[in-house]
Amino acid sequence: MPTLIPKSVIEAAEPAQRSPWLDARIRFMRNRAAVVSLLILSCIVLACLLGPLLLPYSYEDTDWNQMGIAPTLTGWHLFGTDELGRDLLVRTLVGGRISLTVGLLATLVSVSLGVAWGAVAGFMGGRVDALMMRIVDILYAIPYLLIAIMMVTILGRDFYLVVLTISAFSWMDMARVVRGQTLSIRSKEYVEAARAIGVPTWRIIFSHVVPNLLGIVVIYTSITVPGVILTESVLSFLGLGVQEPMTSWGVLIHDGANVMASSPWMIWFPGAALTITLYCANFIGDGMRDALDPKER
Amino acid sequence: MTTPSPKAPVLQVKDLQVQFATNDGPVYAVNGVSFDLARGQTLGIVGESGSGKSQTALAMMGLLARQGQASGQVLYQGQNLLTLAPDALNTLRGAHIAMVFQDPMTALNPYLTVERQMTEVLQWHKGLDRRAARQRALAMLDAVKIPDAAGRISRYPHEFSGGMRQRVMLAMSLLCEPEILLADEPTTALDVTVQAQILALLRELQRDLGTAIVLITHDLGVVAGVCDQVLVMYGGRVMEQGSVEHIFARAAHPYTRGLLQAIPRMDGEASSLRAIPGTPPLMAQLPSGCPFAPRCALADAQCSQEVPVLHAIAASQAADEPFVAHRACHRTVAQVLHHEVLEAGHG
Amino acid sequence: MWKYTLRRVLATVPALLAVITICYLMLHATPGGPFDTERKVSAAVLANLQAKYHLELPLWQQYLYYLNSLLHGDLGASFRYADWSVNDLVAKALPVSLTIGGLSMLMAVALGVSLGIWAALRQNSAADYLLMLLGSVGTAVPSFVLGPVLVMVFAIWLPWLPSGGWSDHELRFWVLPIALLTLINLSTVGRVMRGSLIEVMSSNFIRTARAKGLPMRIVVLRHAIRPALLPVVSVLGPLAISSMTAAVVTETLFSIPGLGKLIVNGASNRDYTLVLGLVILVTVVAVLLNLLVDLAYAYLDPKIRY
Repeated sequence: MPTLIPKSVIEAAEPAQRSPWLDARIRFMRNRAAVVSLLILSCIVLACLLGPLLLPYSYEDTDWNQMGIAPTLTGWHLFGTDELGRDLLVRTLVGGRISLTVGLLATLVSVSLGVAWGAVAGFMGGRVDALMMRIVDILYAIPYLLIAIMMVTILGRDFYLVVLTISAFSWMDMARVVRGQTLSIRSKEYVEAARAIGVPTWRIIFSHVVPNLLGIVVIYTSITVPGVILTESVLSFLGLGVQEPMTSWGVLIHDGANVMASSPWMIWFPGAALTITLYCANFIGDGMRDALDPKER
Repeated sequence: MTTPSPKAPVLQVKDLQVQFATNDGPVYAVNGVSFDLARGQTLGIVGESGSGKSQTALAMMGLLARQGQASGQVLYQGQNLLTLAPDALNTLRGAHIAMVFQDPMTALNPYLTVERQMTEVLQWHKGLDRRAARQRALAMLDAVKIPDAAGRISRYPHEFSGGMRQRVMLAMSLLCEPEILLADEPTTALDVTVQAQILALLRELQRDLGTAIVLITHDLGVVAGVCDQVLVMYGGRVMEQGSVEHIFARAAHPYTRGLLQAIPRMDGEASSLRAIPGTPPLMAQLPSGCPFAPRCALADAQCSQEVPVLHAIAASQAADEPFVAHRACHRTVAQVLHHEVLEAGHG
Repeated sequence: MWKYTLRRVLATVPALLAVITICYLMLHATPGGPFDTERKVSAAVLANLQAKYHLELPLWQQYLYYLNSLLHGDLGASFRYADWSVNDLVAKALPVSLTIGGLSMLMAVALGVSLGIWAALRQNSAADYLLMLLGSVGTAVPSFVLGPVLVMVFAIWLPWLPSGGWSDHELRFWVLPIALLTLINLSTVGRVMRGSLIEVMSSNFIRTARAKGLPMRIVVLRHAIRPALLPVVSVLGPLAISSMTAAVVTETLFSIPGLGKLIVNGASNRDYTLVLGLVILVTVVAVLLNLLVDLAYAYLDPKIRY
């Protein structure tokens, strides 16, 4: 055993038995960074949803009198305006809607795909498993951005296709992890019992294996989210994401980068919004992992 | 078992304490261990898991985990090892005081050959060059009876069997002929037959090199076979301490007697095994008073409140008894022995 | 060792083939795509396409011709530029990308490993926390936000360096893009190195090494480094791949005429064949890199030898 505090000492410090979910909740709450991140992220989401409704401008409105001005309180241009007189605050919030929506949708798709793939592979085992995991390995080796670029080139930049492209490369971690977990569940007694009685395979997968995967799925979902948001932003930054007139943080950052020297606020606000969101999502992901994975260091 | 000699002890431990800083407060893993060790002698430290016996040895070597803090005195050649500067300690470790660990698979570096791991000790401490060091290492491997040492020495640890790995560990620790060897459960991870071989090897090497050995174990059978004096630990404290004869024939502490009774015997009419009821305490939640009180049939209110002090046992000591026996108990020796007679009557 | 190498090399072939085939088929399957004979293209481009891709033949024959030309290193013809083949364009852009990518990776590994070791040996000290914080900046802040920050500080506020552009010989154009890529990769390498070394230092065999009285220097450098490097080596593969993304962003941001810029422009122009050729090229490189990493790992770990 490693030269850490002896096990007898550590075990003593643990509280008495509790439900694992309650335990996880408590541990999560102890992680201040995660809790604060959750609050901040909720504020951002609320702002993106409700903010544009409360502000006097829409994201397309051009104000010829106030083009390219720095942040100011007059006229509620709290983030300034771009060179066409469009209010940056509204555009940032609307962009946030798109970024977050794409993030959510792509996460849903990739989580579903990853869980299904991993569960089936882990449960079937043998050749099927080997083949399915080989495919995952191959996909890992491919630089996703290039394929994403390829797909966008060929398929165009329709919103749902963008979501699809992003999902296509975000599901592998989940699949691997789910497969590992499934393998260990498969060898447990209650699964053998179900098989012995003759419960059909698909039924076993969905009523026994999947519920036990919940913990690890939650962890990896919270890890997938920031990755997906980042992917969308990269694509948009390169001009290969959502199309005009839709905007997202990546697009705004791209536009801002072009006028950085004269109007730095154009990049700071969307850049900050994206970075803060990503940081929060990462901290929440870490918190989830600490809370739900008992073997955490 | 060697006859004791009235020489000055090669190692003196006085009131060794070990505590760990944890999120929930300090944990006292070792409370007041003291003993003298003479040249060529073997001291056995016996106890269940969590009794603090391993931490005692690690503290002596300066190998406690980051959160650990040792106090007291561990005197070797007039120096207190606990307060030595790291460089000075490194000069002693491996060359004068060596340690062998429990699990030879994880205790050896899987990424270096056995040769490298052995020769580096000689190169560092004795300034030997590669070839001379290799010769010495081969000689040592022969001494621990590894067949075909020359062929095997350039292999990696995972290419050896468990028993052979432990022999390699032993050889490695004795390369510089240290005066003191600390062996932390050296045979626990091995088969019984291999255990016997390793112990025999230890005795032989001790005889040849005059090494003093501190042997940590939970197995009383091992103690009986190899040790001269014994120290029984429980809950981080010494419960009883004395010569091996004293412990096995005249043990005067309820815990020690409990341990002895728990040994399954082939003779006699016993129909069931006699275990000590209860479980060892969690070190972070030590009860006040005697740590054994919750499981002791003779415990009373005083036992739960007051920690018994370790004191020498007068009388019932043979004239040629080498070590003064000590024990820490509120009950008298007579009470302990009497209780057992009663038990035997009922059992 | 050689058998292992051969097996790994052979194992990469299906991956490559799969990628090539899928991309190729995707191009052909798309209505209005480049090989749709009803598409209107300039005569010069059409001539190039006919010559390179044998559009008059049945699909499977076209495919085989394509594979054949790939094996000969011919990446095809551009869909937009009649005068340039893909190979020509790559030849101009590749050295630039290699320079930036190679240099930044080398520096990232050298610095990352050193800083990681340094931080691990001073675990939980103020210096350690500071390094970890800096490290998190490199991983959590996106490259296209970090880049502008660097430009802001070093090119606008302190007008020391240019904010974009490229020159083969004027090194000042090299500094910011390489710094950006290095910073991003360094964070990952450093964190993995630190975590890995901390874990190794608490292993039993390190305890044994210390018990032998070896000085810390030898314990770390001889006993701990090799096992601690294993996770670092195995992360280099995915790192190289992900740094391709960062490289594309960097080249776009700093207007550097490398492969990244080439592929983004190709996508914007819908130069399908160019994009196809580049994707295949980069995938081959990526697969080869992964292979190298696997081999390095096997070399370091004596337990993997089959």
